[in-house]
Amino acid sequence: MHETLQSLLRDRRIWQGEVAATPAAGTPTGCSDLDAALPGGGWPTASLTEILIQHHGLGELELLMPALAQLSKTPRVIVWVAPPFIPYAPALIGAGIELKRLLVVHAETPADVLWSAEQALRSGGCAAVLLWAEPSMGWLRRLQLAAEAGSAWGVLFRTAEAQTRSSYAALRLRVQPERLELLKCRGGRPRVLHTSWRAPQ
Amino acid sequence: MIRTMWERRQWERLQPGSSNKQPQFPNEQQQLRIPDEPAPIPVLHALWLCVHLPQLALEVHTRLAPTSRPRAIIDAEDRLCRVVACDGRAAALGVYAGLALNTALALVPRLESLVRDTRRERAALQRLAGWAGQFTPRVSVTPPEALLLEVRGSLALFGGVDALQCRVRKGLAELGYTAQLGIAPTPLAALWLARTGEEQAVTEAHALAGQLGPIPLAYLRWPEAVAKSMHEMGLRVVADCLRLPRDGFARRFGTERLADLDRALGRRPDPRPDYQAPTRFTAQLELPMAVQALHPLRHALALLLGELCGFLRARDGGIQILQLSLVHHETPVTQVSLELAQPQRASAHLLDLLMTRLERIVLPAPVLSLRLRSGPVLRVDPHAPELLGERTQQATTSPQLIERLRARLGSKAVRGIDPRAEHRPEAAWRFTDDVGAEVGAASSRDGRTASKSRLEAAPTTVLDRDRPLWLLPTPRPLELAQGHPYLEGRLDLLRGPERIETGWWDGADVTRDYYVASNPQGVRLWIYRERDNSSAWFLQGVFG
Repeated sequence: MHETLQSLLRDRRIWQGEVAATPAAGTPTGCSDLDAALPGGGWPTASLTEILIQHHGLGELELLMPALAQLSKTPRVIVWVAPPFIPYAPALIGAGIELKRLLVVHAETPADVLWSAEQALRSGGCAAVLLWAEPSMGWLRRLQLAAEAGSAWGVLFRTAEAQTRSSYAALRLRVQPERLELLKCRGGRPRVLHTSWRAPQ
Repeated sequence: MIRTMWERRQWERLQPGSSNKQPQFPNEQQQLRIPDEPAPIPVLHALWLCVHLPQLALEVHTRLAPTSRPRAIIDAEDRLCRVVACDGRAAALGVYAGLALNTALALVPRLESLVRDTRRERAALQRLAGWAGQFTPRVSVTPPEALLLEVRGSLALFGGVDALQCRVRKGLAELGYTAQLGIAPTPLAALWLARTGEEQAVTEAHALAGQLGPIPLAYLRWPEAVAKSMHEMGLRVVADCLRLPRDGFARRFGTERLADLDRALGRRPDPRPDYQAPTRFTAQLELPMAVQALHPLRHALALLLGELCGFLRARDGGIQILQLSLVHHETPVTQVSLELAQPQRASAHLLDLLMTRLERIVLPAPVLSLRLRSGPVLRVDPHAPELLGERTQQATTSPQLIERLRARLGSKAVRGIDPRAEHRPEAAWRFTDDVGAEVGAASSRDGRTASKSRLEAAPTTVLDRDRPLWLLPTPRPLELAQGHPYLEGRLDLLRGPERIETGWWDGADVTRDYYVASNPQGVRLWIYRERDNSSAWFLQGVFG
């Protein structure tokens, strides 16, 4: 093909139906079905990922563990902002996470929670920032920009009610038992994956 | 030129007040024998940079408060309250140093007059000496308004005379001072050159006499009687003095004057006391007016922190403890103290942290002055990138992030997690505050040994996937429905029991059967049943 045409096809802004144009490589998710569905072959880096859940305990953290374990081997830290429960150390070690790369931030007001997450994303010293909050549209934009500026992977956990609202996040994923719904996927297509990523019981 | 003894005698005889009259400075003449011939100029290795602060008296008052009114500093101890220094606006209207206050006010009725504060000038000069230590280890304070820096050894590092001058001048401008610089192989010559304000740099000793020649004698600040008699004799510049015979010059004006000339030309040694920096940085800054808004405080703080960082760079160290006191009128002092995870000396970062703290507190009253006091100066890791003072591509390192979060949220808000060797699930972990050093020193040997010991501390911890990623802070009792535990639906037991029976030795013993359960929504939970008489069910973890 002609070189100009090639470069045009490589541009992520051109939609090419099924074939996603070589996006930035993502962090492998550890789940082959999901890797295949995501445009970068994994979790998008340097942007915001939204995970929508109806309840805690659907395996939404387990889904992230292979990627977090890999990121915790780098010198950058992983920050958990306002987690709803205590991240349990033995399970984290079992998942292969380097605990010394883990920071847990507790803040009292929603504004402080979002501020902390933005600071962490923007700092450039964080590989991933996990956040449990319900940000407004303005804050979503700020978080997405901060993730781009600090090339950090922001993961925002929200309730499933937020599904109807639009978002700036590059990837929106609804986690249901045995089912992943890609609601929005920059550079890819929305779809539903019937897959199992949880450890069998 | 006077070449022979005869010519010299003739010259002396012609002068008013010559040898047959009484010598003007008999004491000095008796003390010092005058060498007839000038000593040969030794090879001078030193190179002195003089920082002359012509507006110091004014700038200690005004560097914080720009105003549109012309301003002058007056000497309150003087009978006429003479003007000591004035700013450009006042000078343009005809005010000059030495003018009586009344005259100055007659010229400029709007003149804002401030009383000279020599104590503050001295303190400012001392602090600047500490700041100047970043350019050379040899700094000498020359009151009332000059610093002498021996810079021969620093030229290679800073890229030559011009680059060094540029850097010194820029640094002083950031602190709010205007400076005149002079460079010469002898301290006195550097001082004189700096006072003229012509920015001459003399780097070679043999060029000294030629370069000092055109300096008017007024810049030498010799005693008034001497200056007057020199003026009457028609001596105007240094070259005029150098042309005179040495013994006659000494007899007429005192051997001390001759010694000054010799020192300036490098014919006599001129030892200067080295400035000894204090072990901690302390500085106070009076605000021109009481302020409560944060913006002017930020400006004042930036000035103080700029001085602090020069001080730290001079000692090649950083600080971990910094205390800021805000002094109010008739209200107790507001204290803000920082404790950093690692020794720091980047002023922008320190300013960020202090301002974050100030934003979170309510000032009880307007602030009159700021006091900054550092903890001991600590050695900094020269390889840590944030200590270069610049933030490359805006990247904040993890310790800086932790400090910034802690400055706003409190020191308990940012923690790490440690595993513990313990079979009771609720005791198999703990929060740890010790995250800054651990994260920051990841690549160093210390960091590696620390993390190793932490993993070794937990040999018996169950490290498999039977444990949930979420733990509840306290176990939550579960309701029972038809004999089954119930949480938003009946709980089906997927796996179990796993019996944990331990801790009898410290009174907090547990005897429990653990199960993995799931409810109709697909939520997986970690629940247990007490094995005592109650047989109660509890929820302790969530498989997130």
